[in-house]
Amino acid sequence: MEKFVYLFKGGMDNSQTASPEVMQAHMQKWNEWMQKLTKDGNMLGGEPLHPEGKRISGTKKVVTDGPFAETKEVVGGYLLINANDLNHAAEIAKGCPILEVDGQVEVRPVRPM
Amino acid sequence: MAIQQDNEVTKVVDHLFRHESGKMVAVLTRVFGFANIEQAEDIVQDTIIRALETWKFGKVPDNPQAWLYRTAKNKAIDLIRHQKVKHKIESELAPLLKSEYTLVPSMNEMFRENEIKDSQLRMMFACCHPAINTESQLTLMLKTLCGLSTREIGNAFLSSEDTIQKRLYRTKEKIKEGHISLDYPGADNMPARVDTVLKALYLLFNEGYNSSHPEKLIRDDLCEEALRLTLLLTENPKTNLPQTNALLALMCYQASRFGARLDDKGFMVLLKDQDRTHWNKFLIERGNNYLNLSADGNRIHEYHLEAAIASVHANAKSYEETNWSMILQLYNNLLDRTNNPMVAINRCIILGEVEGYNKAIEELEKIKGLNGNCYYNTSLGEMYLKAGDKNNGIKLFQNALELTSSNAEIELIRRKINLCK
Repeated sequence: MEKFVYLFKGGMDNSQTASPEVMQAHMQKWNEWMQKLTKDGNMLGGEPLHPEGKRISGTKKVVTDGPFAETKEVVGGYLLINANDLNHAAEIAKGCPILEVDGQVEVRPVRPM
Repeated sequence: MAIQQDNEVTKVVDHLFRHESGKMVAVLTRVFGFANIEQAEDIVQDTIIRALETWKFGKVPDNPQAWLYRTAKNKAIDLIRHQKVKHKIESELAPLLKSEYTLVPSMNEMFRENEIKDSQLRMMFACCHPAINTESQLTLMLKTLCGLSTREIGNAFLSSEDTIQKRLYRTKEKIKEGHISLDYPGADNMPARVDTVLKALYLLFNEGYNSSHPEKLIRDDLCEEALRLTLLLTENPKTNLPQTNALLALMCYQASRFGARLDDKGFMVLLKDQDRTHWNKFLIERGNNYLNLSADGNRIHEYHLEAAIASVHANAKSYEETNWSMILQLYNNLLDRTNNPMVAINRCIILGEVEGYNKAIEELEKIKGLNGNCYYNTSLGEMYLKAGDKNNGIKLFQNALELTSSNAEIELIRRKINLCK
């Protein structure tokens, strides 16, 4: 087993007009997917992220306030995953409900030390 | 890491977002005043989005409702502190919200269960103000109290989202311009105002119950919302009138048949052919209970009669053992009060069971001006069929076929035509 990180970007562009019922149904799908990942032993952990934040850059340590990217590019959360290889990790990611709402999953292998 | 391997994902109760949205919009609109209703709606939408984004990772809080209220409350407090409320707050709470001493405690108070219910009732009265037409009353209730989106409302009424949006806009403007407040009507006006609310809820329920909408789910939702709001009216002494209980009883009886009204293919099953073991006994008992509670005061309302009719059906062991003469009496009474042609048709059908189908045909043919009505044609056709006159039966069913575009009805009528052959 190798470790992978899923980065979730975008999705739910219409959330300002989506109905509570639609959002709840979407959330339910996420919960079911997460439950499956856990049951299958792929889940190692993860957290949702706030779109806001601060960025510190350069030797002058300049602090800028977020968000830093277009809505579509904002990372909304990450998961740490166990999978056989990159292809397997990508296959698992296909089940992610974010794909039904115009979002993306970026799969990145964790580089072993 | 936040997610443990053995973490059981909590299933959020059905419609939690929708129901809590309705409650929070009612509360925040009361806090901000109706002029700021859009801001109340925005806060609630943002709250739901935040819940979605946070909870979808599998960490639903132990008390999701409290989480939502806390988030919405904090957003509202933030808005007030930074004076970002668009229009001046003109609610009765305005003085309390201006001072830091009382801002947070007052907001906390407004999110208590009793105050939430109170806000919902006030909102119901505002939505069902007599100056607003019925169509707009229903639309505004579904949006503000039931948490449906414009798209969902459009879908329910088979109108475009655009139409619903315009209607909502006009209705809200009317409330703002008319300075319709979120106060309770005075004691003198109360019964009349309650009647207007009940009428809207009755229509909302019927919209769900009778509509030929292709999606069953939407119809059930409308009925469920109407039931929920009527129940709310019975929980407050000001609005818990005999007619409120009568209407709630009627809704319970009708809703008890949901499980038996459609067959496996989604087609309508007539009362006569329904499997009564699939009727919901709990709802029938609730219906009996509310009907008892409604027997108070000296005024008989139409809902009393309709509920009583539904009660005889619901409590009959079989179609054959139904107390038809009792139902006929109730229909006679009901017809005396309303000029509703549907009531007249239904009365004739009952008459058929009591005095014979030929008598029913005779009386139905006396009703004028309904030849272009689908239900009239199917009812008369049914009476002819039962009386053994298949030729006339087939003619009427064929008329009826031309008068409906509902697939469920077309299928039902086709089956009838086959019976006539």
